[in-house]
Amino acid sequence: MLELQILLVFMIIGALIAVKTKDLLSSVIALGTVGLALSLAFLVLKSPDLAIAQLVVEILCVIILIRATIRKDLPFSTSGRWFVNTLIVLVFIGVFLTFGYFCMKDLPRFGEPEMRIAQTFLSMGLKETGATNLVTSVVLDYRAYDTLGEATILFTAVIAVLAVMRRVGRKK
Amino acid sequence: MDDPKKGMTLIVKTITRLTVGLILLFGIYIVSHGHVSPGGGFAGGVIISLSFIHIMLAFGEEAAFKKVNQGIASLFESFGAILFITIAAIGMGSGYFFLNFLRKGEPFKLFSSGLIPLYNIAISFKVASGLFMIVILLMLLKIPKKGEKQ
Repeated sequence: MLELQILLVFMIIGALIAVKTKDLLSSVIALGTVGLALSLAFLVLKSPDLAIAQLVVEILCVIILIRATIRKDLPFSTSGRWFVNTLIVLVFIGVFLTFGYFCMKDLPRFGEPEMRIAQTFLSMGLKETGATNLVTSVVLDYRAYDTLGEATILFTAVIAVLAVMRRVGRKK
Repeated sequence: MDDPKKGMTLIVKTITRLTVGLILLFGIYIVSHGHVSPGGGFAGGVIISLSFIHIMLAFGEEAAFKKVNQGIASLFESFGAILFITIAAIGMGSGYFFLNFLRKGEPFKLFSSGLIPLYNIAISFKVASGLFMIVILLMLLKIPKKGEKQ
């Protein structure tokens, strides 16, 4: 569990920077690093669903919402260093496509899912939970701990927005 | 609520007055029928919070704050979270955490499947007020420019 402890220390440092820094853009970026580290921590703890939800809610929603709503204060540079920027973007697209190709080869073929645990849910779900909507019976009965985690993620996102957008303590 | 200088134009206000109740009702329907038909606490909560955001966009911020302010939203969010954990913890009395101990009832009925509708309601409280609070915070934030007092 050494990697988990490293991630926790990283999250604490990121949260301290997000609260203490004076520049709003740096604060938002530090908040994003905390969200990314939390997502990796969920992945280490073997909960990939929560990791995806955390990635979407914390990083994408909070960061993009803040960035879109308060566009006045945040600097946005489009000029200069265009060669380096384009090169970095191309390299990341290449890395993503390469990893995506190797991941896709391991997936089951389209239309032929491997029904291991899902078959149990499909056949026993209505009898065991009584809910006609099988998605709800999985989300709120079989995998209710995941739902608890997702509710916690939303709670953390609200707290993070409150912490960054606070009025108390901000320098005029 | 009818200050002509605040918010959007008369057309938008009239349409909003007609539709906003239906949107709220649809959200409540989605939440309460989450175990029978597609939907549930998350989707219904988002629709409920959108109905208040709709008022806020059309009539200005003050009209929405007369109905729900930040304190009430915060209260409801905490209430939803505590309700969810409490219902889950009641199951420990007869077994384990998240045990669905009520009678399952008949399928396709509104009162069926034990505790699942209650979980849906708790989640909808939480999602609706949490999302509304994020939007409030982001809309209210006005950063003073340099040399200008707040």
